[in-house]
Amino acid sequence: MGKIEWAMWANEQALASGLILLTGGIVGVAGQFRDWQFAAYAVAAGVFVCLLEYPRGKRNKGTSVERTGQYCFTVCVKSFGPLTRNYYVRAFIHAGICVPGGFMLATILGCVCLGIASLIYLAAAIRGEHWEPILPRKDSARKPVADSINRPPQNPPPRPPAEMRRKRAEDLEGAAYVNPIPVTANE
Amino acid sequence: MGNWIINHGLTYFILVVWMAINTFLFVWFYFLYDLGDRFIYTRHILGSALSWARAPAAVLNFNCMLILLPVCRNLLSLIRGSFMCCGRTIRKQLDKNISFHKLVAYMIALMTAVHIIAHLVNAERYYNSRHGDYDELSTALSNLGDTANTTYLNPIRSLSTTPILLVFTSIAGLTGVVITLALILMITSSMEVIRRSYFEVFWFTHHLFIVFFAGLVFHGAGRIVRGQTATDPPHDPKHCDDEVDEWGMEENCPIPQFAGGFPQTWMWVIGPMVLYVCERLLRFVRYLQSIVIRPSKVLELQLMKNGFKMDVGQYVFLNCPSISQLEWHPFTMTSAPEEDFFSVHIRSAGDWTQKLIISKEKQMSVDGPFGTASEDVFDYEVAMLVGAGIGVTPFASVLKSIWYKSKESNPKLSTRKIYFYWLCRETHAFEWFADLLQVLEREMEERGMGDFLTYKLFLTGWDQSQATHVMVHADKDTDVITGLKQKTNYGRPNWDKEFEQVRAENPTSVVGTFLCGPAALASVLAKKCVKYTDVDPRKTKFYFNQENF
Repeated sequence: MGKIEWAMWANEQALASGLILLTGGIVGVAGQFRDWQFAAYAVAAGVFVCLLEYPRGKRNKGTSVERTGQYCFTVCVKSFGPLTRNYYVRAFIHAGICVPGGFMLATILGCVCLGIASLIYLAAAIRGEHWEPILPRKDSARKPVADSINRPPQNPPPRPPAEMRRKRAEDLEGAAYVNPIPVTANE
Repeated sequence: MGNWIINHGLTYFILVVWMAINTFLFVWFYFLYDLGDRFIYTRHILGSALSWARAPAAVLNFNCMLILLPVCRNLLSLIRGSFMCCGRTIRKQLDKNISFHKLVAYMIALMTAVHIIAHLVNAERYYNSRHGDYDELSTALSNLGDTANTTYLNPIRSLSTTPILLVFTSIAGLTGVVITLALILMITSSMEVIRRSYFEVFWFTHHLFIVFFAGLVFHGAGRIVRGQTATDPPHDPKHCDDEVDEWGMEENCPIPQFAGGFPQTWMWVIGPMVLYVCERLLRFVRYLQSIVIRPSKVLELQLMKNGFKMDVGQYVFLNCPSISQLEWHPFTMTSAPEEDFFSVHIRSAGDWTQKLIISKEKQMSVDGPFGTASEDVFDYEVAMLVGAGIGVTPFASVLKSIWYKSKESNPKLSTRKIYFYWLCRETHAFEWFADLLQVLEREMEERGMGDFLTYKLFLTGWDQSQATHVMVHADKDTDVITGLKQKTNYGRPNWDKEFEQVRAENPTSVVGTFLCGPAALASVLAKKCVKYTDVDPRKTKFYFNQENF
């Protein structure tokens, strides 16, 4: 089935769940539903999940595509170290967060979706995946230039024809070039 | 502006018609429930949330009907074939089927959100009404149905039923939750990141659509949205709504009766569901048919199948049960219809292709062929074919077929001139295609048709050592890389110059531009086609066609 990184799908699912939880919470609070306290919780929980899941992790193989403007979120999430790097922790965090959403109709969809995301993260963690931040590459791609750039050519064109350029026996010093290997006549 | 209309007009017209139907359905059903007399009492409890729930439901019915149609690829191929008479522009729309599928899916997602939010409000209001939080009329309406000979309006029948319990004990609620979950899982696994890198996750999860449609058909079976029914004598809400205590006792105000609407979703979706089942059956039948593999070079598979007929540039889906029972992968055919076998060239691009290349046992199944834009090449007087990297494969089929057709002087060939642009990063991909070009080059010269095909090769990934090698051999007659008379160019093509040249050499023609390559190049070429098309119908016109898988 190919090398599937479950964490990539878990991330999409968790981000969607965060948005659904947030929307359900807003509806519950704005409509002043009966258990609106759970809805208020869902708003906060939804925002938290969205902030946590917005920065995409780096893929093991292949190019990682960043979400727009995710760099500052990457820095924040990175600063929590092993808490955000490890997917077991994320799976349990999401499982914990989703539970209060199950007590109210408006937020129950977000709860179930987040629960599913938690299960996918668990699968990712069991397979040994972990979250790596996508950081901008340092600019070391340019090859270092050789030192000869400081010594420009001594005899630029236009040049006289080859016969005139050849070294003359009487005037070895006046020639335009130097033999790198000493030349000796064939004996 | 005129150029834009020629190239994109019909697409946007179809989209406008689709949006118009959506808007009409939304508005019509909104006012049906907002103004209809049958729902006066229902609205008294629910307010406008009733209409806000029913209007998206109608739009959802329409779009769930549409969504299965663009993915019946055998059906689309059939329609495409039947439209051979009716013009390229109509057939081009069928190539955008997946884009339309996605658009309809976005609409379904949006309408589902509105529908759910409105029903959340409805559930809450029904609950409150049951508990007497609203006025006397509301409470009386909610109490209806507790005794014999009365029908209920409020689906919350007991004081202990919370909105959550209502959802999980009613057909509508239960199916609603299940199909929404299926929809969300389908959407998250269809995001481009997942689709491009982990296709199997997308493909297998997408089969949740079976759960979606099953639940959708039963979603209305509980008839939970209730309206007033006729009684004898009739109960007019406008007169009787302030005499709640007199209901049943006064002559003109009998106890009002209610019933739920007849479930209609199945009427919308049954047709496309049947069509899709036929589509999958056809794919399965093809899977069972046997094919013969001719021995040939490692990367090329030559296959024969009874009754198999193809057209240029079509593609097939291949399945190799010994590698994976469930995976079907698309490959463009590189043979011409005039040959008695069909061939595909397979490049190692992932684990399936890799295993296929090295495995000795190649028992295979084939589904297809499916049509794409290249079939239209012969209709254009002048064709510009652009293939990037492995995207050259459909054009191998085209060039071979052109060769056969011109040898037979086939009258169906309207093409007088072909410009072929091959963009490639590395040289080692050239070999099999270079062989083909060499053969064509030689044969065309022999028949004095040197002008028919102009081809330009662009090596976009050259480095210093290659450039030096070429400089040293610059005087030779044939190109050092390909052995062809036509020299290889380095770097990317300057499209403005190329289009200028084509326009200058063909001042009154209709030119079809065909691309098989990356999306970035597609948008560049599409813009150039619009830019260089003349609104004057006597002058050159460029039409852009893109292959996509």
